[in-house]
Amino acid sequence: MDPIETVELTEAQKKARKRRNVAIALALVAMVVIFYVATLTKLGPQILVRPM
Amino acid sequence: MALVEKHSLTDGAEFRVSEAMPGDFLALLKPRVMSLVVFTAFVGLAAAPGTIDPFIAIIAILAIAVGAGASGALNMWYDADIDAVMSRTAKRPIPAGRVTAEQALAFGIVLSVLSVVTLGLLVNAFAGAFLAFTIFFYAVVYTMWLKRSTPQNIVIGGAAGAFPPMIGWAAVTGSVSLESVVLFLIIFLWTPPHFWALALFKSQDYASVGVPMMPNVAGEESTKRQIFAYSLLVAAIGVAPWLIGMTSVVYGLVSVALGAAFVWYAWKVLKMPAADRSMGPAKALFGYSLVYLFAIFAVLLGDVAVARLLGL
Repeated sequence: MDPIETVELTEAQKKARKRRNVAIALALVAMVVIFYVATLTKLGPQILVRPM
Repeated sequence: MALVEKHSLTDGAEFRVSEAMPGDFLALLKPRVMSLVVFTAFVGLAAAPGTIDPFIAIIAILAIAVGAGASGALNMWYDADIDAVMSRTAKRPIPAGRVTAEQALAFGIVLSVLSVVTLGLLVNAFAGAFLAFTIFFYAVVYTMWLKRSTPQNIVIGGAAGAFPPMIGWAAVTGSVSLESVVLFLIIFLWTPPHFWALALFKSQDYASVGVPMMPNVAGEESTKRQIFAYSLLVAAIGVAPWLIGMTSVVYGLVSVALGAAFVWYAWKVLKMPAADRSMGPAKALFGYSLVYLFAIFAVLLGDVAVARLLGL
């Protein structure tokens, strides 16, 4: 069996990947906050009033 | 992994790991254009009758900004070939090799969908649909169709840049009205003299990539006359918000002064000798046109805000 080929990232590639990951994480957190607060804003306490 | 199966890792040209920084993706959104979009959309939103929750208003502006940025990314994806040749655009992320065209396309599509869905669900469906149409108009009608085929490219395509205040207005009212159409027309009629002033002193750039800007197709003299004609229209429509009762006389007087200065700068361009290759008057008009657009919307915003505060 052939040895498994792997990709060794350079330092620049590792750094760029980490920065992109952080940016994506921040964007996702921002979206969660936006939709959470927007749900409260639009529905308010009414969100709890629903038929069972 | 599929990637490993398809490509030999030893072939550097085939297998490429991205070194793109988040800043490169931010550059795809054309932040400077976005700032003008945010500002004009905000003025449309603030000038609209009715009320909107402040948080929903922030979301509306954010969604419009991201939608505008997404259309910028799609524009850079499609235009990467000519961007690489023109000095003004050669350092953009794709021609510079920091972001691949496929990454830019995916980024643009994802942000387009996200911004439209967010605006449609959290603000109102009409504003969401309007934003979707604007992205389509800029990315497909302007970038893919008009830009490389007609010297009227930026005249018609300018509509995409003029829609944001109408979307801001629609975020509050859910509809279109005479007032929001006037805001649209200010930017729509401002676009040709703004871009043709730029095209006059960058005509070599556009000619080298075959983009039919007005100076390359109709000649410089014709372009100067058209700039002057449009500047008269801009000066006239700039006063319209006052004439239709949207603002006080203060806005009316300031808009007359700003419009008169616009016509004066355009007159200087019209009288610019053909031998003048430094194009000073064209550069001056280009600079002033940016000041004009910012100023006229800022004065309108101030006028409307004061009227609200005073309960007029």
